Amino acid sequence: MSSEAISHGTQAHAMHDDHHDHHHHETFITKYVFSQDHKMIAKQFLVTGIIWAIIGGLFSVIFRLQLGYPESTFPWLEDFLGHWAQGGKLKPEFYYALVTMHGTILVFFVLTAGLSGTFANFLIPLQIGARDMASPLLNMLSYWFFFIASIIMFASLFVQTGPASGGWTIYPPLSALGEASSGSKIGMDLWLVSMAMFIVSSLLGGLNYITTILNMRTKGMSMTRMPLTMWGLFFTAVLGVLSFPVLLSGAILLLFDRNLGTSFYLSDIVVAGKILPNEGGSAILFQHLFWFLGHPEVYIILLPAMSMASEILSVNSRKPIFGYMAMVGSIFAITILAFLVWAHHMFVTGLNPFLGSFFVLLTLLIAVPSAIKVFNWLTTLWRGNIRFTPGMMFAIGFVSLFISGGLTGIFLGNSSLDIHLHDTYFVVAHFHIVMGVASFFGMFAGVYHWFPKMFGRYLNNTLAYIHFWVTIIGAYLIFWPMHYEGFAGMPRRYYDYSNWESFKMFGGLNEFISFVAMIVFAVQLLFVFNFFYSIFKGRKVKSQNPWGSNTLEWTTPINPGHGNWPGEIPEVHRWPYDYSKDGKDFIPQDVPVGEDESKH
Amino acid sequence: MATTTIQAETKWWNGGRSPFNASYGKVMMWYFLMSDAFTFGAFLISYGTIRFSVNNWADPNHVFNAFPFAGHANLPLAFVSLMTFILIFSSVTMVLAVHEGHHMNKKGVEKYMLLTIIGGIAFLGCQAWEWTHLIAGHHDVLVNGQIEHWGTTVTKNPWGSEVMHNGTMVATPGPIAFGGYFFGITGFHGFHVLSGVVINIVMYIKTKLGHFDQRGHYEMIEKAGLYWHFVDLVWVFVFLCFYLI
Ligand code: HEM
Ligand SMILES: [Cu+2]
Repeated sequence: MSSEAISHGTQAHAMHDDHHDHHHHETFITKYVFSQDHKMIAKQFLVTGIIWAIIGGLFSVIFRLQLGYPESTFPWLEDFLGHWAQGGKLKPEFYYALVTMHGTILVFFVLTAGLSGTFANFLIPLQIGARDMASPLLNMLSYWFFFIASIIMFASLFVQTGPASGGWTIYPPLSALGEASSGSKIGMDLWLVSMAMFIVSSLLGGLNYITTILNMRTKGMSMTRMPLTMWGLFFTAVLGVLSFPVLLSGAILLLFDRNLGTSFYLSDIVVAGKILPNEGGSAILFQHLFWFLGHPEVYIILLPAMSMASEILSVNSRKPIFGYMAMVGSIFAITILAFLVWAHHMFVTGLNPFLGSFFVLLTLLIAVPSAIKVFNWLTTLWRGNIRFTPGMMFAIGFVSLFISGGLTGIFLGNSSLDIHLHDTYFVVAHFHIVMGVASFFGMFAGVYHWFPKMFGRYLNNTLAYIHFWVTIIGAYLIFWPMHYEGFAGMPRRYYDYSNWESFKMFGGLNEFISFVAMIVFAVQLLFVFNFFYSIFKGRKVKSQNPWGSNTLEWTTPINPGHGNWPGEIPEVHRWPYDYSKDGKDFIPQDVPVGEDESKH
Repeated sequence: MATTTIQAETKWWNGGRSPFNASYGKVMMWYFLMSDAFTFGAFLISYGTIRFSVNNWADPNHVFNAFPFAGHANLPLAFVSLMTFILIFSSVTMVLAVHEGHHMNKKGVEKYMLLTIIGGIAFLGCQAWEWTHLIAGHHDVLVNGQIEHWGTTVTKNPWGSEVMHNGTMVATPGPIAFGGYFFGITGFHGFHVLSGVVINIVMYIKTKLGHFDQRGHYEMIEKAGLYWHFVDLVWVFVFLCFYLI
């Protein structure tokens, strides 16, 4: 049995190889649109993600206008948003729509699909030494389901009653009852349908990433010789494959409640003086289902950024990553714990305090693997021969942001403190720094670092440094003050704070935050310009391995074709972190171990 | 070739081969099933939390006591037992189909795939009957002092506790969640069975056309088999949750 199956396995491999050797003529459609090449699919995810990021970012600028200048009117807004900004003043309903869509777009469409979709697709086959994903067809479908989800979500922006507006967490009853608010109508249905498509996309992608990493590694690429990027992306996919289905269930039940008259989430509701017939359901049930996805989701966003930062920090410090196995262990621990802490988002829902104490414990335990990772990054940098490439700058920025935001998590993880801090700007500050901005930094680091591999050209460095400095200073200026607002009890998701005596004093601060937000947004446009300009006009890459990196993607030609390596796939003989070893600056993974070489 | 085989046998995780000795398709199927298990898990746990938070849930012996062509005979759980038997039997025939596939026996695969497909369709037929019977049923329910005739739907539950009304015992409306969960979850499972039947039909046709003989192996049948057994296994849990507890 076993020998039969083994020869069968080798046969399948051989078949796979020669399938890629015939290069049939490619048309524009098969090359750029319905491409099955993982590198092209990665670029499709990246470009779609960038478009979404611009839209989502623009939304935040518009609602920040309202928060920063609650007394002013902006006539040009009316030209742009029509009746939603009559007389140049944003309507409260649309303010909520903007906040909701901002969160949805950035969490799911940019930092999940845009980040994992881009880098898992691009890097997995290249770094483990495979010709393509396990199933290029499903991989292509993964992008197209994401595309359909994008179209539906985009369309929901234009329906008459506006897009979903119950927050990115879509809690019932706002999301379950059509009559609850204008954003609870068709916009909400479109949100749910779009997310269902999105979940299918993420499932197809995730299954592919997992099986490719397990099954398709080139000879010699044992699991512990994989770059840390691979470990991060692997566990990201595991998290996605096991947590998104729970959101799917939750969303299906929600669709039933909305359209079939069931009451899974509704009980004893009175709307506009009318008692609704719904009874027996539980709105808290939805929160459990949502956060069972929601918390793993934040790590789905973070792990790719973490692992790319690890790789880039090591390459540009010219030092092996410190504590490789500890890094792998931490990623694994984070993955397990990520499934066990969801109720820390629900401390004030009436959760049994005894149960809550378990969630406090497990939540605070996450600080341990997080701290190990931070320690290892800093130690990798320590006395390194650091090259401050733009990718490196963003990777260092990532570490800084992760520390800043992780520390505030420890405040929130204590249920007694969270009673005060929950639903205030403190939470907004926490998750924007640790997840939003930090993951963006990981993503930027990845783009700057792998752009030469993606397009055979470099991004412009001057623009890159401007991008970096304005963004990191801007991010701290925007989000740091929010901690103080949160301590002072300023709630999140309010349309106008100027009516409260106690929050009046923050008027100036809010204006300042909004002002900086606009500058930071403008600088992102500079990056977008740099990105598209450099694809066509950037300085050409001349050497195969411009960063002097050990990983396999730099053994491919400067512009690799479909199938990645023109000849044999290289065999791997060592781990990817042999930097500054035995007097050599770096020793790529495909170099055989010398006779007298020292052990790492 | 010979050397790679030897090396491959000793170093399972060292790359160049599948560590599980399974094709990517099978690994993918396993992970998909894990993911799908979480979907069903979420449904069933939601059901559990709501069900045990209300105190007069419908008695399954009472709700599911009908049998086609048996008139008003009281046969608690007889029909659902038959359904379960059919589905499990179709799993057995599926095992046999996979077994024939290992021996490259095309005729055998055809025969057992056909039986599996028939089993799946029979199960769906039974489910259709059961749903129709529940929805179209007429049960006396006391609503606001009036007797109404209710079927079981996602918004109506005629299986609440009984009260005395004009000298007879009548039911009152039960928790509305009953129908929602019952139809929602058995429907979602039925949808899986339906997809399985479609997959199996495609496999049957491909077998008939000799695709797998050309390919040299019947692995697709194995993958379809994994899915089918999974759908069966889920049914066991659904059965447990809705009919037995
Ligand atoms: C030591 C680590 C961390 C701890 C102890 C922690 C704890 C918490 C707690 C208790 C909350 C709930 C606050 C509330 O709503 O009252 C929260 C919110 C949040 N955290 Fe963290 N966190 C940590 C790290 C992270 C990381 C690494 C990410 C993302 C990559 C993250 C993303 C979020 C998000 C997105 C929210 C808010 C979601 C919302 O309500 O809209 N956290 N965190
Ligand atoms: Cu969380």
